[in-house]
Amino acid sequence: MVAIFLGLFFGYALLELIQRGPADTFANPVFLGQANLLDLTRSIGLFGIFSVAMGVVIITGGIDLSIGSQFALLGVILAYLLVNYNWPWPLAVLTVLLISMMLGCFHGLLITRAKLQPFVVTLCGLLGYRGLARFISHDQTVGFSGDTTYELLRTLATGSVFNVPAPFIVFVVVCIIMGLVLHGSVYGRYLFAIGRNEEAAVYSGINTKLVITSAYIVCGFLTGISAILLGFYTNSISPASHGSFFELYAVAACVLGGCSLRGGEGSVLGIFIGTAMIQLLRNIVNLQGIDSSLEFVVMGGVILIAVVFDQILAARRRARESRLDIKAAPAEPVAAK
Amino acid sequence: MSDTEKTPIVEVVGVSKRFPGVFALNQVNFAVYPGEVVALIGENGAGKSTLMKILGGLHRQDEGEIRIDGKPAEIRNVSDSLHLGISLIHQELNNLDNLDVGGNIFLGREPLIGGFLRLIDRRKIAEDSRAYLKKVGLELSPTTPLSSLSIAQQQLVEIAKALSVNARVIIMDEPTSCLTLTETNRLLKLIQELKSSGVSVVYISHRLMEVQACADRVVGLRDGRNSGSLEKAEISHDSMVRLMVGRNLDLKKSVTRNGDRETRIELRDIVSPFFPSHKISFDVRKGEILGLAGLVGAGRSELAMTMFGIVKPLSGEISINNQPVNIRSPRDAIQNGIYLVPEDRRKTGLITSMTVRENVTLPDLWNYATYGLVSYKRELLSAENQRQKLSIKTASTNTLAKNLSGGNQQKVVLAKWLSLQPKLIIFDEPTRGVDVGSKAEIYRLMRGLSDAGVFILMISSDMEEVLGVSDRIAVMREGMLTGIIEADDFSEETVMKLAVAPVKTAVQLAS
Repeated sequence: MVAIFLGLFFGYALLELIQRGPADTFANPVFLGQANLLDLTRSIGLFGIFSVAMGVVIITGGIDLSIGSQFALLGVILAYLLVNYNWPWPLAVLTVLLISMMLGCFHGLLITRAKLQPFVVTLCGLLGYRGLARFISHDQTVGFSGDTTYELLRTLATGSVFNVPAPFIVFVVVCIIMGLVLHGSVYGRYLFAIGRNEEAAVYSGINTKLVITSAYIVCGFLTGISAILLGFYTNSISPASHGSFFELYAVAACVLGGCSLRGGEGSVLGIFIGTAMIQLLRNIVNLQGIDSSLEFVVMGGVILIAVVFDQILAARRRARESRLDIKAAPAEPVAAK
Repeated sequence: MSDTEKTPIVEVVGVSKRFPGVFALNQVNFAVYPGEVVALIGENGAGKSTLMKILGGLHRQDEGEIRIDGKPAEIRNVSDSLHLGISLIHQELNNLDNLDVGGNIFLGREPLIGGFLRLIDRRKIAEDSRAYLKKVGLELSPTTPLSSLSIAQQQLVEIAKALSVNARVIIMDEPTSCLTLTETNRLLKLIQELKSSGVSVVYISHRLMEVQACADRVVGLRDGRNSGSLEKAEISHDSMVRLMVGRNLDLKKSVTRNGDRETRIELRDIVSPFFPSHKISFDVRKGEILGLAGLVGAGRSELAMTMFGIVKPLSGEISINNQPVNIRSPRDAIQNGIYLVPEDRRKTGLITSMTVRENVTLPDLWNYATYGLVSYKRELLSAENQRQKLSIKTASTNTLAKNLSGGNQQKVVLAKWLSLQPKLIIFDEPTRGVDVGSKAEIYRLMRGLSDAGVFILMISSDMEEVLGVSDRIAVMREGMLTGIIEADDFSEETVMKLAVAPVKTAVQLAS
């Protein structure tokens, strides 16, 4: 995956060099220009955080389709609290995070206690939360005024630190923390164990219901953070379209990053690269001036090719491993008397 | 066999089959002659089912030849096998219970009408099915949903299906394991009828009385090899046991431990939700291995699941050394030192796509962690330690559990619990699918644990294992405890008598 990403990146840089000629490119680079690279990393940061959120539930064998609609709902709520009710921003942020975690908890309980399928539960969320967002806002676009009291939030979404976009920094921090949680902690091991074989996890004394529910709460928390950043990034939220389809970007990033939708597979690093690849693709499609209606065609095609390619590699690796295992542990013949 | 002029319908010559870690079959010969009932006997894991799966087209042999009517034949898949006139009736029935009886009989070769529309001709199915159902003595409408049938009736449907494809050889793999005695008798009668109509039957069973009652010839398998055969006149209980066991597994105990009656785990009036009308009470004493025998479906695994907290008991109490313990979940059970080595290790015992190390440390992962972060070093140390103690054969503790052989997987399940402080370990079919070498090792481990003061409850369907390993045997039938046998009264008959319905003893059946 890393190779594909780097290939795409340098491949496109090379293409630009050829198309526009070296002199022009160096004098006035477009793809490798600062503005474009900042834009690219910013969108990687914005999309990466909720892709990691999606990864957490995908690892347990679940999915959260409601993320995009939650962006609309939470964005509208945030704007109302800050602009219409003049709440201090820490309180508003806390409220939004609390609501998103409660929604996650609600999903988790429906999945573990009522034994509903994650797909169904969060599909209902996808429909319901967007409807709710439109109802609350009377289907009107809401925005954040120029009020400076919450300048910090705006900076987190649109600002930069030492020329690195702030959302990208937030994303890296999230990745480090979630990487430790998923790959180093007891909790992370439980998540993978449940994703691979939930029944055996129960037989090992893991409280699977609690762990799965908490995974949706973690997912909700990260979704809440993304919702705040995205809201300030766009600065205005039109409830009918804000964040729509974003959950599918997240699923795509996870799948590209090596997560299995059956659960039990995946890594934060993989999701990072998956997100980066998708944003790079979008960037290239934009720069190439490809008709925006074709954007999804290109992305769908490339993701499909990447996944098929990955499958072939994985099959080869498995075949090689099993050959090694047979060599390493030769079957003892039962012939011994 | 005595009749050398006859060509066998099916002949297996020098067939071998290897699975990762074990030789399932090693140069096996086997033949079925027209119109005879051949019994194939052998212990669990002797290779009976593998041999039959090769004939049924589910496995392919690594070497050797299959001849049909004296001519070499290839059985590449199930439909090849059906075309050659072989029908395999599985141990676990393969019916689709969302279809009706007729639909099952004609599954995969439904008569069609309506030309290009390819509609299923339900009327023809019903008519044809009725004839076959009558043959097997099942008075049912072909439109009855299969899910409403008893297991015995479903089995008869399978036989009807076999007849409908004009099977010349019907292989029955443990057909009576879930049947009541009356149903078994009916099945044995049907086998005689099939035989007189010219169909040969291969009968695989552990129940030697049934074999004696119906077989014309007995072929024995042991550890994947031929261990001899018996003609009709030679068939007796003892001769068959010799054929099956032959080798000395060192199961005969030098001393039977009497167990300390004072220190014990006691179950008082436990009612599991599976069998709400039966209360179960017994105790496991320190220093003994308590065997829990019974037929498949007697409720033994269900009892184990209740004790381990997978399901909550409706009522009753478990106490360890007179201290009542409250078990509402596997977590509670583990905290109280009650561990289960479950029947299906691939599904519930292990996470096969995780490494040996990760499996071993899973139940008490917190003990390997500081501030919630797992220490790889400490994990590895413990896993390596267990690997040496139990002599688990694996390239490394970072090998995926699914790449280990059955016996070694079982040891990994055990390793999960041994790094903790076990008080009671429930073994559910500990040696199923385990090769002979590992079997003996597992028995030694169990005995060692018992001597070290761990309470051991062993659920087993392997008669030899039950009699050989246990110090006392509790027997269950249909969810109730029917008796506890002391060492002096151990015999296959005493166990069987308690395990089957007391209407008629199975021995009377032979006459």
